[in-house]
Amino acid sequence: MSILPLRSSDTTLERADPLAVRIKGLQRAFDGRAVLYGVDLDVGAGEFVALLGRSGSGKSTLLRILCGFDTEADGVLQVARQRSIVFQEPRLQPWLRVLDNVTLGLRDRDAAERGRLALDEVGLLPRARDWPVTLSGGEAQRVGLARALVREPDLLLLDEPFGALDALTRLRMHALLRTLCEAHRPAVILVTHDVDEAITLADRILVLKEGRISLDMENRVSQRSVRTDPVFERQRAQLLNELGVADAVA
Amino acid sequence: MSPNPATVTSLALARLPTTESAPPPRVAPDKPVPLEDLRLSGGRRARRQVPPALLRLAAPLGFLAIWQVVAALDLVDSRSLTSPLAVIEAAASLWSVGDLQRHLLASLYRVVWGLALGIASGLSLAIVAGLFRWGEHVVDSSMNIVRMVPVIALLPLIILWMGIGEPAKIALIVLGVTFPVYMNSFAAIRGVDQKLVEAGQAFGLSRWGLVRRVILPGAVPGFLVGLRWALGAAWLLLFFAEQINADRGIGYLINQAQSWNRADIIILGLVIYGTFGFAGDQLIRLIERFALSWRKGFQGA
Repeated sequence: MSILPLRSSDTTLERADPLAVRIKGLQRAFDGRAVLYGVDLDVGAGEFVALLGRSGSGKSTLLRILCGFDTEADGVLQVARQRSIVFQEPRLQPWLRVLDNVTLGLRDRDAAERGRLALDEVGLLPRARDWPVTLSGGEAQRVGLARALVREPDLLLLDEPFGALDALTRLRMHALLRTLCEAHRPAVILVTHDVDEAITLADRILVLKEGRISLDMENRVSQRSVRTDPVFERQRAQLLNELGVADAVA
Repeated sequence: MSPNPATVTSLALARLPTTESAPPPRVAPDKPVPLEDLRLSGGRRARRQVPPALLRLAAPLGFLAIWQVVAALDLVDSRSLTSPLAVIEAAASLWSVGDLQRHLLASLYRVVWGLALGIASGLSLAIVAGLFRWGEHVVDSSMNIVRMVPVIALLPLIILWMGIGEPAKIALIVLGVTFPVYMNSFAAIRGVDQKLVEAGQAFGLSRWGLVRRVILPGAVPGFLVGLRWALGAAWLLLFFAEQINADRGIGYLINQAQSWNRADIIILGLVIYGTFGFAGDQLIRLIERFALSWRKGFQGA
């Protein structure tokens, strides 16, 4: 895995296993108002991390910085060179057919073939020649997933990708995402405001509060039987409490 | 006497029923709810529809019919308003001596060149101003100043510089076409969704790739709107251009017909303008169908 230094001072790794993300003392302010206030975070290769936070907590800002959209932050940041993103809205180019959207920006000769394989993985190969406008919300988001995975990322950034989907589609997308992640093993950072989604999908759950990682929790809920696991309610209560929704706990 | 504390407690419980207490029975309102009949077609409506091509022809054909009736009844002085048949006869006689072809070709030549050069200049200026910040500063403000000058007011200057030949006539049309193409294309380029541009960048598009796959395709709808405006401007300015020392062209034909008191030929000229305008619009519709097939906009009820 290649590590891309953006603003490096010391590059000694503190963990033995390979990292996909290494953040130290990351700060970001907009017009003097600090949004990120010294974020420290290591994400191991193949690790699935969910990042929770209330709206305005800076989780999207953090993701934009990881993506390379926002370079005005300060601190030490190393991220996997092979990274891709799924946005909250699908952001497909409406004038490119589904397959061309998946292979957008790929210059290899076998791009179309790989694009077809990625579409097949999300179950949309028959729609390869269609226009994005004819897709449903869930289908468009699956194309977005295919577009991200065709790049064989070491780091997959997900910016509330299921937030705009209906509850049933969201459940199916969770299952699909889990299957795809097991097959490709990228490190994942899933930004979400849905505690249940975080517990269902992630190995590790972080809460971003007041510009810092205020809670870093290993997800102990058995992925096979999420709802019946007695740890589920306890973890859920702890996370909701950290997010300041104490009423819902009782 | 102070209120009984037990009563207060029971009131609070009534407002906030706990899970143990049974839900209160649902009480139906005693007023009836007004209901409305919604008409359902069962999908049968589609069969009775008139073909849209016929609908588009309805107004012109109806107009022609009324015109012919009015002319045939001699309600108006025949020197001021001829009948549609007289117009057709005038067209036939002008065609037989080769005059009509000569005028048509001269006008088409001017319009095609004026449109081609005007679109090229308007589009290149829009691309420079749209893609580059410096381009906007250099081009856009100047274009907005010049745009406010009525194009026809530039005619004396054009004649002074280019004489009264074909170049001056084409130059006038070029000027008139450049601005609508520029304004609409520039706005369209700047109106491309920033989120799509960001997505393109995130997936590794080069600068040129971004222009080719994201920005220019996104600007096509706006450019086509500009093209429609440009087409109208081109025919308008053609007429003006053909007033200045021309010896051929539809505008010249109309002008001559006025001095000969030939209403039939004047109307023939207007019909030709209308037909060409309509054909141009149909051409753009065809381009839209082809270039904007990815779009699924509101089609009208």
